[in-house]
Amino acid sequence: MGQTLSEKILSDKCDGPVKADDFIIARTDVSLAQDGTGPLAVRQFESVGFTSVANPEETLFFLDHAAPSPRRELSNDHIRLRDFAEKYGCRLVDIGEGICHQVAVEDHVKPGDLEVGADSHSCMGGALGAFATGMGSTDVAVAMGLGRTWLRVPRTFKIEVTGEIPRGVQSKDLILCLIGMLGADGATYRALEFHGPVVETMPVSDRLTMANMSVEAGAKTGIFASDEFTRQYLAAHDRERDFKEIRPDPDAEYERVIHINASELVPTVSFPHTVDNTRPIDQVGDIPIQQVFIGSCTNGRLEDLRLAAKMVSGRKRARRTRVIVTPASQRVLRNALDDGTIKALVDFGATVTTPGCGACVGVHGGVLGDGEACLATTNRNFKGRMGNPEAFIYLASPATAAATAITGKITDPRELV
Amino acid sequence: MKGKAWKFGDNISTDLICPGRLFHLRSNLPELAKHVLEDADPDFASKMNRGDFVVGGRNFGLGSSREHAPTIIRLAGASAVVASSFARIFFRNCINVGLPAIELDTSGIEQGDELEADPEAGVLKNLTKGTRMNFAPLPSVMRKILDDGGLAEHIKKRGDFELAD
Ligand code: SF4
Repeated sequence: MGQTLSEKILSDKCDGPVKADDFIIARTDVSLAQDGTGPLAVRQFESVGFTSVANPEETLFFLDHAAPSPRRELSNDHIRLRDFAEKYGCRLVDIGEGICHQVAVEDHVKPGDLEVGADSHSCMGGALGAFATGMGSTDVAVAMGLGRTWLRVPRTFKIEVTGEIPRGVQSKDLILCLIGMLGADGATYRALEFHGPVVETMPVSDRLTMANMSVEAGAKTGIFASDEFTRQYLAAHDRERDFKEIRPDPDAEYERVIHINASELVPTVSFPHTVDNTRPIDQVGDIPIQQVFIGSCTNGRLEDLRLAAKMVSGRKRARRTRVIVTPASQRVLRNALDDGTIKALVDFGATVTTPGCGACVGVHGGVLGDGEACLATTNRNFKGRMGNPEAFIYLASPATAAATAITGKITDPRELV
Repeated sequence: MKGKAWKFGDNISTDLICPGRLFHLRSNLPELAKHVLEDADPDFASKMNRGDFVVGGRNFGLGSSREHAPTIIRLAGASAVVASSFARIFFRNCINVGLPAIELDTSGIEQGDELEADPEAGVLKNLTKGTRMNFAPLPSVMRKILDDGGLAEHIKKRGDFELAD
């Protein structure tokens, strides 16, 4: 019997053929923690009694969730992570350098890797053909020390996307629609493997959004075969040598095959307070928005900012709607400065903030007021997510966010693009 | 283990268990534990007693991988979390921090029911209702981690994971 992408990668990490449901101990290639989960990870690392890190160059610590630090306690956590990274020779990605998952795919993750991260959206690495998954602080601390982790090899849902994505619709709408279909726990313990002509012609930036959000259906990972687009993406980040082709066997066994006709997709919005609470844009109704947030590991890339800038250029933002734009990394910021994207957004009336998680996590950079509504390009709209349990978060694509920033209420981007 | 059931609904996220706005307390776990489940039930931490059970519906613990969520449930004194189903990362984190996570249909459990769990036997008794439910044993790797008191202790003691019995 042939192997799925996950089975293939994990077989390679434990030197033997594995199949779904096997329990294995596997070698890890990249491990990461951020400033919310890292301090606990380093305390656990020390409590186990490790004296060295298995693979320091690929052991990454990010100061991204509270960056720059808004509080003394968090500054002290940052000190702890800086000290640990220096002591063990790990990479410390400092404030303003970017969100963990974004920097990981720009600089570290390769096709065929096993990536573990103390952050649930670590599954984003799957867009490059890696097996990437989120875990807790202690699991990642142990992976950092041993260079190994235990896993149950997941069964796989094959998602076959045919047709053509219509104008004004984005890969964000595709993944929101899929999560709405599956439900927030519809893919628990499963890998989502994306295939079909739409996926095969999709740039890595769009794949990243989909892999990132796979966890919102409960999945362990969201994964794509590596191909020419992957090679180009790595080449654009001076890493062409990291490319390797990895694809599933034609006779791989899938637990379920789900077909999606992209031609039928429409802009989609997740309503508060769960991600699977999705509605097509024509059923959204009249919803005034006080804050539009364009950013996060889901949709804070150059392509996202550029599209938003193109849509809003020559216009002014709605007077009662503030607009926060947070590039996902310093590289994104630099490129967006060079090509005029940032200027267009600022001219429109947007506030551009330091690359990092910013408003997404609810620590700073855009905390909502009581009763306020935010339309965000992020991946989660749980109660309290953006720092206030009395606020309402709607999730949508960058195009929908830009359209909404112009009108001040949730707006179909197809009316504007 | 024996205690009262505190019933929560479906899709209790780690944001509800351990709010992001308390990010600055993450290196002060005893203080953070005073806020456990605060956004789902504002007075939960002051109302519950040591030994009580946190009972959820479907997909308990979805969302962020913050291990602080099960850690503060344990620090608050809960004997176990019982839910109809768990989100994957949360379930793994429970075991890693030494908090038993019991998966069974919780629809018949009501707020305030007296529960008694025997993880060895895989049995949960509802003393108030006079019912008894079975739950599946943990995979052996997880059972050993839980028996050792969590993942850090497990690795300290054995030096590596142990998959088989
Ligand atoms: S941008 Fe948001 S979802 Fe992504 S890592 Fe940061 S806090 Fe998490």
